[in-house]
Amino acid sequence: MAAPKKGRRPAGGQSRPGRALALILIAMVALTGGMFWSGHTTPRLGIDLAGGTSITLKAKAEPGQESAVNETNMNTAVGIIERRVNGLGVSEAEVQTQGKENIIVNIPRGTNEKQAREQVGTTAQLYFRPVLAVTNGGPAVAPSAGSSGSPSATPKPSSSASGSTVGEKSATPTATGSAQGRALTEALKAPSPTPTGKASSTATPKATGTPTATPTPDAATAALEKKYTSLNCLDPKQRSAAGQGVKPSEPAVACGEDAPGVWSKYLLGPAEVEGRDVDDAKGQLDQQRGMWIVTMDFTDAGSKKFQAITGKLSSQADPQNRFAIVLDGEVVSAPSVRQTLSASAEISGNFNQQSAQDLGNILSYGALPLTFETQSVDTVTAALGGDQLEAGLIAGAIGLGLVIIYLVAYYRGLSLIAILSLGVSALLTYVIMALLGPAIGFALNLPAVCGAIVAIGITADSFIVYFERIRDELREGRTLRPAVERAWPRARRTILVSDFVSFLAAAVLFIVTVGKVQGFAFTLGLTTLLDVVVVFLFTKPVMTLLARTKFFGEGHAWSGLDPKRLGAKPPLRSSRRAHASAAGPVDPKEA
Amino acid sequence: MSKLGDLGARLHRGEVGYDFIGNRKIWYGLSILITITAIVALAVRGLNMGIEFQGGAVFTTPKSEVSVSQAQEYAEEASGHDAIVQQLGNGSLRIQVGGLDTAQSDKVRTELAKDLNVAEDKIAAELVGPSWGEQIATKAWTGLGVFMILVVIYLAIAFEWRMAVAALIALIHDLTITVGIYSLVGFEVTVGTVIGLLTILGYSLYDTVVVFDSLKEQTKDITKQTRFTYSELANRSINGTLVRSINTTVVALLPVAGLLFIGGGVLGAGMLNDISLSLFVGLAAGAYSSIFIATPLVADLKEREPAIRALKKRIMAKRAGEAAKGESFDGPDAPETAVVGPRASRRGRAPEHRG
Repeated sequence: MAAPKKGRRPAGGQSRPGRALALILIAMVALTGGMFWSGHTTPRLGIDLAGGTSITLKAKAEPGQESAVNETNMNTAVGIIERRVNGLGVSEAEVQTQGKENIIVNIPRGTNEKQAREQVGTTAQLYFRPVLAVTNGGPAVAPSAGSSGSPSATPKPSSSASGSTVGEKSATPTATGSAQGRALTEALKAPSPTPTGKASSTATPKATGTPTATPTPDAATAALEKKYTSLNCLDPKQRSAAGQGVKPSEPAVACGEDAPGVWSKYLLGPAEVEGRDVDDAKGQLDQQRGMWIVTMDFTDAGSKKFQAITGKLSSQADPQNRFAIVLDGEVVSAPSVRQTLSASAEISGNFNQQSAQDLGNILSYGALPLTFETQSVDTVTAALGGDQLEAGLIAGAIGLGLVIIYLVAYYRGLSLIAILSLGVSALLTYVIMALLGPAIGFALNLPAVCGAIVAIGITADSFIVYFERIRDELREGRTLRPAVERAWPRARRTILVSDFVSFLAAAVLFIVTVGKVQGFAFTLGLTTLLDVVVVFLFTKPVMTLLARTKFFGEGHAWSGLDPKRLGAKPPLRSSRRAHASAAGPVDPKEA
Repeated sequence: MSKLGDLGARLHRGEVGYDFIGNRKIWYGLSILITITAIVALAVRGLNMGIEFQGGAVFTTPKSEVSVSQAQEYAEEASGHDAIVQQLGNGSLRIQVGGLDTAQSDKVRTELAKDLNVAEDKIAAELVGPSWGEQIATKAWTGLGVFMILVVIYLAIAFEWRMAVAALIALIHDLTITVGIYSLVGFEVTVGTVIGLLTILGYSLYDTVVVFDSLKEQTKDITKQTRFTYSELANRSINGTLVRSINTTVVALLPVAGLLFIGGGVLGAGMLNDISLSLFVGLAAGAYSSIFIATPLVADLKEREPAIRALKKRIMAKRAGEAAKGESFDGPDAPETAVVGPRASRRGRAPEHRG
């Protein structure tokens, strides 16, 4: 909207009301026609009116990587979340960025909302860790169904024997106990110099502060093994606790789901490759072998790391030749390595299309240095959504009704123009909202409905400003036709100035805020703009035309412009004489 | 209604009028009193921040046989946190539980569905992490700040800095009163409330701007006449736009009242109610402040300007002279007392099409 410009002429100048009316009529017909042509005859409804789930995520950059929350990364994340959510079988889920750091995921009702949320929520921390040991998910003391663990598992393994104990419990029968034991002990010890060395040299007092941090690798190993032995992956609580708060530079325990309800637990070495080392990953069909595989491409730095880890692993026996892909503390896959690999690799195995694509997505997702925090999850049932929509519409109807009653009572015949203008405004708002759905993804939500209702007041106020101006002119003794024209420039300025302030508020709100506030601001801004359009192209020209009619022009008692009722001085034929009279002693308006 | 039209005519002619400027100290006092009350209430009672700002979950269940107290028991048992349960207009229950995270909320929802004997997908859930409200609040503050700066700049350009300052004070006044009422009554502050408050920004100023516009027009050639002081003209413009102010406020409040009625009466609580409640309070405060606070403030500021002060002196001297000559003068609000002044300002304004 333009700031009020001095001397600006409305399209519907005094003499040509027809032109302005034709213009707005054409616009209305074109927009309405466009609406029917596009087939979107109702505004798209937001989740809170249609039912469904709306999830708001906030991106958090990892320390030292604050610049990672940028447009490119956000858009990539949106694309990936979209694929993942829509991978659940819903195609209407929409994922949008909002503001700089938020992503909104809207899932229409009828979708498995829990599953969708998991897909959206499990996002960020992806590491490749070497597998040191793997066994079925139950705790060592209580073997569960499908257990291949050997009975020799002891609840209290001694430090020296722990390596072989863990090894024996391995799910892979081909592995030999001694080899595994050695490998495990070595693997656990090998990386420890880095973290422990750091800890002992720089922060020995700090180490005492944290009970779990023990100076010797042996003790750390023992603690970890104890954790590993007692871990029960069948318990969701333990499962999620296992992966939490583990530093990538330290060995860890984790669970992984092999098949629905079947879990394995892993003892893992320190992370060697991180999610951001993965450049791209895809689940795709290998045409030659006719099977689903996952391909991975690494970044330059990632290639080196991946080469190092695969070089080390490929010489080991199972399960130490496997690396685990750990996402948020959970093993999503643990493929074995047969040779040294570097820049690109593929994972083959027992994949179907879904699992291959899921893993591909997880790998690419992890390539983003962004973590997402769930800010809010709003699940609206269809019934509640319907109720809210209905309430909004009823409230709007009541509001509009009350305003019309007031206008009719106060402005009599003049209210006809106000009501027509409100009608034109309402029609334009509706049509534009319907068209904005497919055009920019605008969805009408409850705050937007509120915004539209509040806007009734702002729109009606423009007419009030104009009508009061006309009445003031009539009170000075002018006849209607000059009064309508004389009142317009001043009313126009007031309308522009006040609408500009209102629009400014809406625009600022829209730009700086998020979520529901935005929907409200958008409607308010839109209706304010339309108000200006309607007043200029409709109200004013219609007023000019009606001033020429007998009913209004002669100030019929019911026209709302009856000079007698308005308390005007005796009507005068020309404005010149009105002028003369205005100079009289009782001229009030002018100082 | 023609009575109001009649009043409008008499206001227009200046036959009746309230001396807003003359009595401004009363209204300033009243506003200061209300503002202090609001600030004290805010300091002592604080605000009842809703789930959106604290983190937690709101469940909306369909109509069921379960009573409010029973539902509360169930919810507290399932969540281990305090629960607030309200019955809504259509018989459904709104259950608020603070301090839940995503995983817990799912569990509570499942439990509630079992306890209330309704299908789980019939229960609407709104889960909010604790930082979400913070984010919204931060953005709202940013928006408030940016808007105020822009508006001051705009008003200073379109009108003058004194009006910008007065409008800003009136705006802060409206916001303080609204927030104070929320604190006093203990209404829950939600995202809807924040939306309502932010809308007041625009609306309060909208109202003020219309009065200022008329004031600007009336005082355009103020130094070319010696009949009225700035304050008297300011008073005139308030009275002249009074009918419009009343109409605008009524017309703005009617739809909001509709929202409030429907939001409160049918849905019981929720977004509609929250937005309309804060809007209702804020709009009323906004209409009051543009008349009783903003314009008198401009007059006060203006009267400090040397040119305007000199004008006042001249006018006072002239009036004293006229009084000495035996003419009675009852003050500016009694123009019937036939004072024929020079028509300087009318001429200055005559072309009227300058926009």
